[in-house]
Amino acid sequence: MVLLTLLAVVTVGVVRLRNLFAVVILAGAYSFLMASVLLVLDAVDVAMTEASVGAGISTVLFLGVLALTKTEESRPAHTPLLPLFVAAVTAAVLIYGTYDLPPFGEAATPVHLHVGSYYLENSIAETGVPNVVTSVLASYRGFDTLGEVVVIFAAGIGVLMLLKGRRRNGKKGDDAS
Amino acid sequence: MKFDVVLRVVIKIFLPFILVFGLYVQFHGDYGPGGGFQAGVISAAMVILYAIIFGLGAAQRVVPPVAVEIMVPLGVLIYAGVGVAALIFGGEYLNYSVLLRDSVAGQHLGILLVEFGVLVTVAGTMMAIFYAFAGRGP
Repeated sequence: MVLLTLLAVVTVGVVRLRNLFAVVILAGAYSFLMASVLLVLDAVDVAMTEASVGAGISTVLFLGVLALTKTEESRPAHTPLLPLFVAAVTAAVLIYGTYDLPPFGEAATPVHLHVGSYYLENSIAETGVPNVVTSVLASYRGFDTLGEVVVIFAAGIGVLMLLKGRRRNGKKGDDAS
Repeated sequence: MKFDVVLRVVIKIFLPFILVFGLYVQFHGDYGPGGGFQAGVISAAMVILYAIIFGLGAAQRVVPPVAVEIMVPLGVLIYAGVGVAALIFGGEYLNYSVLLRDSVAGQHLGILLVEFGVLVTVAGTMMAIFYAFAGRGP
């Protein structure tokens, strides 16, 4: 509850502040709080990822981008009423959707009855890996993880092409002129 | 920040420990929390920290941009290669049980190898993006 309250406070801070440097630091704090929430929920692997990616790498990359642009957010050109309306309606729909969710921690839900119990019972016998998260991630769901790696690969290639390709083209243009 | 003696000394002491922690997260991922994604990000964070404190040039002497750009596709190739190896050994794609005679040991080896592939791609991508952004600075 304390963590969620802090999360809400940080979110309000991110929305209200105009100084983008402070926003980036607050986003890092938000990621650390989120990692703590995941830790409380016993999802240590996810918490680790959130802390290292969300609070570590993203903050550095945002700062790298800020160094190339201005650090003050410009005033929005139009009124925030329509986005506010869309956000409110979406939030209402999502909150309405939570009423159909099973109670928190309930064991007899479809998610837990499908393949999860098979993984939990057979992970050590079949893969010899005590951390079920790793065995599911790398072995039982190996295809999904391969897809994830390809997504990261594609993201990296995309950024490299955007940032490096443009510079090369610019140089060529300079030569031509 | 290049002239801050305290930061430089402290970071110099910290760097090997960060790298060892990254490798621990990688190779202990079978027994505790962690795995290729987290270890890749931690290892990349070490290089990025080094670049922030000691300058981009110093970091690029340690890990050249060419090596980083090779790492990005290399990890995917390792991962996919393990799948192809499983095909060659007579199993389904990414079925690690056929990699060794003992199916449990084969699974273990397969998981270690694909996690290493994940590490290489994630670390390479993170460093590549950082180099790309930091290299554009004025």
